[in-house]
Amino acid sequence: MNKDVAIVGVGWEGFHPTSVDYSYKELIYQAANKAYHDANVDPRKDIESFISVAEDFFEGTSIFDEYTPDQLGAVLKPMHTISGEALHGLISAYLMIRSGLFKIVAIEAHSKASNIKSITEVTRYALDPILQRPLNFHPDFVAGLEMQRFLHQSQCSISDCSMIVQKNRYNALSNPSAAYPMSLAETKLSEDDFLAYPLLESHIAKPVDGAIVIVLANGDVAKDISSQPIWIKGVGWCNDSYALEYRNWGELSYVQKAAKMAYSQSQITNPIEGIDFAEIDDSYAYREAMTLIALGFADNTTIRGLIREGAFYPDGKLPVNVSGGSLGVGYLFDASGAQKTVEAVLQLRGIAGARQLSQPSTAIVESWRGVPTTSSAVVILSNQRE
Amino acid sequence: MNAKNRYYPINSLPESAFQDGSILFSFDTFNTRYAWDCGVAIGEYLAGLREGKIIGSTCPKCHRTMVPPRLFCEWCYQPVHHFLPLLDTGTILTFSLCYVSWDVQRITEPEIPAVIAIDGASKNHGILHKIGEIEPEKVHIGMRVRALWKAPEDRTGDITDILYFKPE
Repeated sequence: MNKDVAIVGVGWEGFHPTSVDYSYKELIYQAANKAYHDANVDPRKDIESFISVAEDFFEGTSIFDEYTPDQLGAVLKPMHTISGEALHGLISAYLMIRSGLFKIVAIEAHSKASNIKSITEVTRYALDPILQRPLNFHPDFVAGLEMQRFLHQSQCSISDCSMIVQKNRYNALSNPSAAYPMSLAETKLSEDDFLAYPLLESHIAKPVDGAIVIVLANGDVAKDISSQPIWIKGVGWCNDSYALEYRNWGELSYVQKAAKMAYSQSQITNPIEGIDFAEIDDSYAYREAMTLIALGFADNTTIRGLIREGAFYPDGKLPVNVSGGSLGVGYLFDASGAQKTVEAVLQLRGIAGARQLSQPSTAIVESWRGVPTTSSAVVILSNQRE
Repeated sequence: MNAKNRYYPINSLPESAFQDGSILFSFDTFNTRYAWDCGVAIGEYLAGLREGKIIGSTCPKCHRTMVPPRLFCEWCYQPVHHFLPLLDTGTILTFSLCYVSWDVQRITEPEIPAVIAIDGASKNHGILHKIGEIEPEKVHIGMRVRALWKAPEDRTGDITDILYFKPE
């Protein structure tokens, strides 16, 4: 059986703080149409199965999977919905193709965050109803707890985290799809707008609307239909304990284990040498630094120096979130991993425009489902099949 | 449970157990609010209802006329941009008589949801609405009906701008 799986098409619509012109169905249709064109496939004839990624509370509709087929061209075809992150959906599609039962599978993820008028309440409802919700904290307190422990262990400062915000929003200036670009001259961040000390309001990625569709195919089909297939070299996913009371707050063990799984499949023993750039979670600025440690690009003694010397800028040792990340592009909730995957595909194809890196061959994409979860997934992508 | 007794014995908890605190539980409410963007197609549809018209859209490839209108054809996967007014009459495709209201109250006069194939749309393309001004037992599949509209000044661009469909 052919074990190779490639991304053969990407399409997206967005990303904007609001999207009143389109319903979520129309938004998804626009993204899907572009992805199918990119992949040179007809969804009605060629795509054998579809996966959507959606969470009912974000949609405001119970059993949301009933609303997913039409706009994808999936009516009366195999289709299912995953209540997880977009990378979980991507990995599911990858596994379906690896099973040998499907040759072409499409995944869809979207955010209509502007339609949720009580986002904080939805996040609050992710807390334990008996042990945590009755304490009545704003749900971002979880990020405050985590950041506090990270700063303690790494000797990073709040200003170091502000530098991550500055970098990503600066990167977003070169991304026409980004909603929150800002020049370095403008990003002298106020450091007294604490939401949950030491977490600053400006360190939290702002929501955006958008839809992303990605088409995957097995190796034989991929080389026939695509001139630039991007190969999936490794996948990993992992969850830690749900309990806030049982976590190791100073490190992201679940990201570490997800990465280890993906590195092993990719035969990457040293990520610093094996990875050319990273698109990773930065829904809170400090998470980018913590994730870099978990992925093996730094440790608690080196991360501060690397941030300060600009190692994660596009011209640094390891470009991180060249797209602008969630801080610069905007936060797409469970679609964030799809946005990061699209950026990796564009970079690996060499068509990322003004932000194109110099001849990258291998990328790591990582995502996290946000507070209060410990749910992460990792994908390694390459433009080299072997 | 044994071979003779096929059911587990059940001891129901009395309400008093919750009131006197002998059963511990946690209570919470979910206070979410949403405002869904209608988009192009349903925006056209709702604007049409406010004008007293039922709007459909036609696929340029299969020429199917859909109602409510769509910006894409789910069968051909073609973009759809041609919107047109249909008639406000149609034929009942299926219906039900509901003797329990949305908030789970027993009612004697049933509510009558129905899918109504709208005249001017493609065969069997219909909208969900209510049937009124008829004895429930007289409603039947294939029955001809016509929309009863709210007064123009009361319409808001909502599906309820049609009060119900009644026998033609």
